Amino acid sequence: MQVPAPFEYERASSVSEAIALRERLGEEARFVAGGHSLLPMMKLRLATPEYLIDINDCTELFYINEEAEEIRIGAMTRHRELLESELLAQHFPIFRDAEQVIADPVVRNRGTLGGSLCQADPSEDLSAVCAALDASCVIASTSGERVVPMGDFHVGPYETAVGPAEMLTEIRLPLRPNGSSAYHKVERRAGDWAVVSAGAAVWMTGDGAIADGRVGLAAVGPNTTNIEPVRQALQGSAPSEDLYEQVGAIAAEHCSPVTDQRGTAEYKTHLAKELTKRALRTAVARVTSTTNGAMTNGAG
Amino acid sequence: MTAVEETPAEEGERPIGYGRLLRKEDPRLIRGMGNFVDDIQLPGMLHLAILRSPVAHARIANIDTSAAQAHPKVVAVITGADLAEQGLAWMPTLSNDVQSVLATDKVRFQHQEVAFVVAEDRYSARDALELIDVEYDMLPVISDVRSALDADAPVIRDDLEGKADNHIFDWETGDEASTNEVFERADVVVSEEIIYPRVHPAPMETCACVAQVERVSGQLTLWSTTQAPHAHRTVYALVAGLPEHKIRIIAPDIGGGFGGKVPIYPGYVCAIVASLVIGKPVKWTEDRTENLVSTGFARDYIMKGEIAATSDGKILAVRTNVLADHGAFNGVASPIKYPAGFFGVFTGSYDLEAAHCKMTAVYTNKAPGGVAYACSFRITEAVYLIERIVDCLAFELDMDPAELRLKNFIKPEQFPYETKTGWVYDSGDYEPAMRKAMDMAGYAQLREEQAEKRERGELMGIGISFFTEAVGAGPRKDMDILGLGMADGCELRVHPTGKAIVRLSVKTQGQGHETTFAQIVAEELGIPPEDIDVIHGDTDNTPFGLGTYGSRSTPVSGAAAALVARKVRDKAQIIASGMLEASVADLEWVKGSFHVAGDPSKSVTIQDIAMRAHGAGDLPDGIEGGLEAQICYNPTNLTYPFGAYICVVDIDPATAEVKVRRFIAVDDCGTQINPMIIEGQVHGGLADGVGMALMEMIAFDEDGNCLSASLMDYLIPTSLECPDWETGHTVTPSPHHPIGAKGIGESATVGSPPAVVNAVVDALKPFGIRHADMPLTPSRVWETMQGNHTAPI
Amino acid sequence: MQVNIVINGQEVTEEIEPRMLLVHFIRDQAGLTGTHWGCDTSNCGTCVVLIDGEPVKSCTTLAAMTSGHQVTTVEGMEVDGVLDPVQEGFMQCHGLQCGFCTPGMMLTARALLDQNPDPSEHEIREAISGQICRCTGYSSIVRSIRWAAENGTPVSLEGASS
Repeated sequence: MQVPAPFEYERASSVSEAIALRERLGEEARFVAGGHSLLPMMKLRLATPEYLIDINDCTELFYINEEAEEIRIGAMTRHRELLESELLAQHFPIFRDAEQVIADPVVRNRGTLGGSLCQADPSEDLSAVCAALDASCVIASTSGERVVPMGDFHVGPYETAVGPAEMLTEIRLPLRPNGSSAYHKVERRAGDWAVVSAGAAVWMTGDGAIADGRVGLAAVGPNTTNIEPVRQALQGSAPSEDLYEQVGAIAAEHCSPVTDQRGTAEYKTHLAKELTKRALRTAVARVTSTTNGAMTNGAG
Repeated sequence: MTAVEETPAEEGERPIGYGRLLRKEDPRLIRGMGNFVDDIQLPGMLHLAILRSPVAHARIANIDTSAAQAHPKVVAVITGADLAEQGLAWMPTLSNDVQSVLATDKVRFQHQEVAFVVAEDRYSARDALELIDVEYDMLPVISDVRSALDADAPVIRDDLEGKADNHIFDWETGDEASTNEVFERADVVVSEEIIYPRVHPAPMETCACVAQVERVSGQLTLWSTTQAPHAHRTVYALVAGLPEHKIRIIAPDIGGGFGGKVPIYPGYVCAIVASLVIGKPVKWTEDRTENLVSTGFARDYIMKGEIAATSDGKILAVRTNVLADHGAFNGVASPIKYPAGFFGVFTGSYDLEAAHCKMTAVYTNKAPGGVAYACSFRITEAVYLIERIVDCLAFELDMDPAELRLKNFIKPEQFPYETKTGWVYDSGDYEPAMRKAMDMAGYAQLREEQAEKRERGELMGIGISFFTEAVGAGPRKDMDILGLGMADGCELRVHPTGKAIVRLSVKTQGQGHETTFAQIVAEELGIPPEDIDVIHGDTDNTPFGLGTYGSRSTPVSGAAAALVARKVRDKAQIIASGMLEASVADLEWVKGSFHVAGDPSKSVTIQDIAMRAHGAGDLPDGIEGGLEAQICYNPTNLTYPFGAYICVVDIDPATAEVKVRRFIAVDDCGTQINPMIIEGQVHGGLADGVGMALMEMIAFDEDGNCLSASLMDYLIPTSLECPDWETGHTVTPSPHHPIGAKGIGESATVGSPPAVVNAVVDALKPFGIRHADMPLTPSRVWETMQGNHTAPI
Repeated sequence: MQVNIVINGQEVTEEIEPRMLLVHFIRDQAGLTGTHWGCDTSNCGTCVVLIDGEPVKSCTTLAAMTSGHQVTTVEGMEVDGVLDPVQEGFMQCHGLQCGFCTPGMMLTARALLDQNPDPSEHEIREAISGQICRCTGYSSIVRSIRWAAENGTPVSLEGASS
């Protein structure tokens, strides 16, 4: 079977140790978290780092915490934790939707949120999820931390804002009232990368209009994790099938998919529209059902 | 012969003979105590890795191995030029072509073998491949099979003397003139181009071997992932010039074969050469990419199908014109007189007036192969063609596809039935199998549900496939592989205490031979199956035979096992006559013992007889001691299992995702030996059908690059794409097989793809769709719904 | 580098190259060949073992990363001559044919039952969906795991709760 080219292995047990190692070893060093994206590439010798810094012992990065205004997730939080977290399911059901269809359950035991975002594969799902939720990323270095909005995190395919002596440590998701979210994905088979997927998050006003909303798409080309014209179309609009249709069309216009084994560009464009509609429909329905539930409880 | 219901075995009952019996293989496999080839470790063993071509067609200008040779852990680096010096650069294929072991002149498909490295460990062997520098002069590539015979097409096989094109063979069956005559007078003629794309058996265990050549004795022992150890031994003798008695092939546990482990691959030959040259054991284990890109692919037929019928749905004739892509070398593993395998059974299960097929096979810049993936020698393609075109006819006639099939089945009284292409179906009773499947499915209710759903714009499809297989190759007058007749030996030895061993030429890759063959002998001799050990997969310790593929183990070796047991029983009867002081003719056999007719108290068990056969005291005149026998069984005909399959799918109208909701399979493989194992064989094949119909394909780009070179890109169904299979059976024994068994290993792989495709196409009927090609990925289904269906090749 | 992995309760300490994959450590260093491998891309699940009780694809894990952890392989399922109910279930329900994917399937099943002693058919199908079987079409594997749920004493669960 395929085996990686030789490298040196270091293990870091804290963020500061990891960053120090990265700084010392330079650009030929890479962090390994779950390893389920990096190791296959190394086995195929598409990636040949000289050093691997194992950050699985950085226990300080395993958490999902609720703060006053945001949820904070440690970069080493594994897919399975994201899937099973009741806290996330309560505030951001998009995570559970997405995690149910990311890779497979065994891979989800190892793969991490930070690893997925840093891989920056255009077909990767969590970038679209985080973008829809208006997340920001905490990037640490020896000189401290900086917070980068999701929109600036991805510099290009397989490229992120994380510098050579930096480390992604946390993802922050703002908590805003009266919102919900959803994710829809079409795949050729369970465990396959997305043909196309779409995530949507909406926040409603008291009178049932959409105060704010975002849509993130995966596998349809660059710069689709947050489509600004979609947001503009959603803001202040009353949810309706017509609106979803209109917004789906905008989303489709902003895609640039290519024809490949997963599907034709035309089909992917169609899916971008269809899945945007579905994600919005589900997200709005979830807000409505939560709101109705709350009102019922209040009346009781 | 009528279909009869088999009585289910009582719960918890352990049969002495046929019936549900837990497998004898399982105790070791569930403990991780199996012995697969890659598990083998020998002292001083070296590891071999193969350098493959990155391009599909190029002349090799230069190979520089010096850096690899200098690697501290590398023992040898061998190129095609090195092999050529030994006369080993080329080897025969199973189709009388030749294939290069390592390329000498040029590479002819992407990932073709170019050089190999032998090193002290597998990591170093892999590293050293990076150090070999090969210069290629690029040549034009034939990736599109349809252009292979163009006048200006580059000649791929310029190694063959006088070869000026890419033509391999033309083949024809049936009667063209009478078929054309029937087509001319038919009310309805339907034509469709039906494509069976290239797929791959992709067993979970890749190919591997360990070669060990003893320097002094010259003895070669090869542990190998082979489905046909005896045939391989003979071929190695012919290739390498080794004396055949000095070659021992051991096939230990094999992690699935599906036909992919029938051919001899260059990797095996490289390992043998390496061990010969270096004098140490050498292991070669393929990685998954190598498996998908270089070992035996399956299918790759473009079939223009035509069906002629009366306006009320009587099918009159079928004809087809096939373009077959055989890749860069003709490596098809078929009986030699059957270059298209058993594709001739494309007339299916229907009583026709005429049939005709014309086929052209060509070389392209792709990996060789063609017969694999449980295809029963191309019956997959044949069944797909007929079952798809029959559905096209149903579409045109606006007739229910079940009704159309029922109207045209060969009737039970017509068996043995000779088809218009010359195949003699041994037995069949098709309508009860079809009716049973329809009952299990609730066919009428499904159609009602479908009608209601169509009203609402929902897409639901019901697909039917009815197949007849031809398995158990084969009669040696007609069938051989490289001159080796397809008869199977079998040896049975009953020890003094009545325990037995049976030695087979066939080899399980998961089919459960160690259980099934013990049951066959148990049924004949009354010795409990746990007292019978099955020896197989070792050429020094088993009789000659052609191996396990084409669902031939039970039809051929199963017959041999039953007959060899009867031979032992005949001898036991004579010994019993001496023990009971009765004449042979007066003895009656009740499973496990002989008794004197009319006096059951005067009886001896087979165990008593075994002890007497080996013990002190006289035996009847002319009887030698011991209780053993051997046989070589030459089948008089193939056997013809059949089945009725119904698939129900739901399609998301917007995303075009296909969900297989239900799959009902009624199989008839004649006499059932172990229903549990039979059901398992069917289940596996049904998953294959879902895979081929919906997702599996080995695809290439226009430069001949393989786009399906890993399991990320070659998709195999998981537990979530497969429904809980609903199986049933009828039993129509084979009249010529000693126990009436027909073989089941490939039925479901052969029969299920058209059921799934027919279901998808049926769901798309509101769009006016009559045909769509595999693999029916969401994209392909959606494009079809838009009227933009394109051929996959 | 030196790694130390506890495999089936036995400490295995070896000097290895950092790049050694866990599957090779288990097979070649520890000599436990019941763990197989089937692809290079973490798609097939043939190589699944339990690391600290969780199923993991050992072809996509470095032995170095596993140092200091507990690994369970198929050889560790039978305890004192008593089969794990999952092993018994696979025999009873014909959950294996060639047996190549079986060790990984059984270990995933064990981890599932430890967490969810009474899984539904769908939960079982979901749990094994990262593992490919080419022989059985999965139904009998699902039945085997249900058999273990219905007939087995969840040994590991008892151990965990004490």
